[in-house]
Amino acid sequence: MNLNRYKEALFKPLIDENPITLQILGICSALAVTNNLTVTLVMCVALTSVCAFSNLFISLIRNHIPSSIRIIVQMTIIASLVIVVDELLKAYDYETSKKLSVFVGLIITNCIVMGRAEAFAMKEKPLLSFFDGLGNGLGYSVILIGVATIRELFGAGTLMGYEILPLVSNGGWYMANNLLLLPPSSFIIIGLFIWAIRSYKPSQVEEDDFALSKHQTSENLTKRELNV
Amino acid sequence: MNDSIVKTLGVAFAICLICSFVVSSTAVSLRDMQNENKANDKRMKILQAAGIFDPSKDIKEQFETLEPKYIDFNSGKLLTGSSLEEFLSEHKGDYDQIAATRDSNYSKSLSTSEDIAIIKNRENVGKFYLLRNEDNSINKVILPVRGYGLWGTLFGYISIENDFNTVAGLEFYEHKETPGLGAEVDNPKWKALWPGKQLYRGNEVVLEVIKGKVPEDDSNLAYKVDGLSGATITSRGVSNMIKYWFSDSGYANLFSELDYES
Repeated sequence: MNLNRYKEALFKPLIDENPITLQILGICSALAVTNNLTVTLVMCVALTSVCAFSNLFISLIRNHIPSSIRIIVQMTIIASLVIVVDELLKAYDYETSKKLSVFVGLIITNCIVMGRAEAFAMKEKPLLSFFDGLGNGLGYSVILIGVATIRELFGAGTLMGYEILPLVSNGGWYMANNLLLLPPSSFIIIGLFIWAIRSYKPSQVEEDDFALSKHQTSENLTKRELNV
Repeated sequence: MNDSIVKTLGVAFAICLICSFVVSSTAVSLRDMQNENKANDKRMKILQAAGIFDPSKDIKEQFETLEPKYIDFNSGKLLTGSSLEEFLSEHKGDYDQIAATRDSNYSKSLSTSEDIAIIKNRENVGKFYLLRNEDNSINKVILPVRGYGLWGTLFGYISIENDFNTVAGLEFYEHKETPGLGAEVDNPKWKALWPGKQLYRGNEVVLEVIKGKVPEDDSNLAYKVDGLSGATITSRGVSNMIKYWFSDSGYANLFSELDYES
């Protein structure tokens, strides 16, 4: 048992190989569920557990999955886990499950879960896959919690429903930024996160697919070609 | 070897079997808790409609302060005396009026001309609640209402002041409207527009959700509620719902009786 591999599987996805900022996966739920920290935390727990356990179960039967139906088998396992999580939420945290509504169900189509199942769990041993799923779920959670903290704090002046910055409308001094409560703001915040992480770790910067040629005007061009 | 037809079918079958077993056993084992949550959520909405919900107290306990009453929609009258006892013993104190609409013994199918709120089947008996003052006079009446919006039926409770004309609150506990548009019926800002509105002018139900914003100098300010922008059909559904449930086929005849009682 190589302990380093487990450590790597668990911690690398946090910053170095973060599923959101490096692989740009799972963006849609990052936009939808981050305007309130409580809801975000529940969503993170839900996604992390689905990702970890789907990796575990898929890895357990990886040698018996026929390649022709492997995606369907993965989807069936992921979908069942998501339904179980959804039912548990409805039973134990009804308020949050109402707020999350369809987004728990949409974990089924979350690219992170599917991507880890196909890319990692189909090849690696069960326990290692479990840690990989856990790590990727945590990587997703780190970014989501960051986005949600900024959005709720500066958009509504609260954190997990508790007032931090007293709003002008409640007699305080803070003028809430309503843009932060709308989904486009998380696009901007995630963009800023990606920028920050890539300036800190330049190895993450992708190479250009093609080089832009320099803008130039040839002296030999006719007036017509220049559209004058 | 893995790709033989027998193995492919076998694996597919086994996975489906195991997964369906896991999913169905979770659903069945958690159903009671989920139903309890749903019932509590509905109780909370009723308390909120009445304007007496206190999040720090137990919902069930608070709910006990409301007095359940039953209305016979066929006559428009309160169920009292022996007919009430008969009704209660038949349902063992556990009457679900939404379930009753699915049983032709306990409901009536409405004709298209009657059915302005598009509820299809109307239960014979409705369960509503009274909030009483300390001297036992009626403070508010909390009535179940429902009507078809854009994607499905909106289920809610509306509470009325003891003049049986002024709205005190409106809450929906279940609907399928579009998030951000029709689902804004849950927006506290929109719900806050309702208290103080008047249902009747003379004997006619006139309260409605209009298109756009009600101008502040409108002489009929008390009879109009701002529409939900981008949700014309939901707004119309809410208007029709009010119109139906406060007409003679709904609660209109109940109020004179309650007035007499208090």
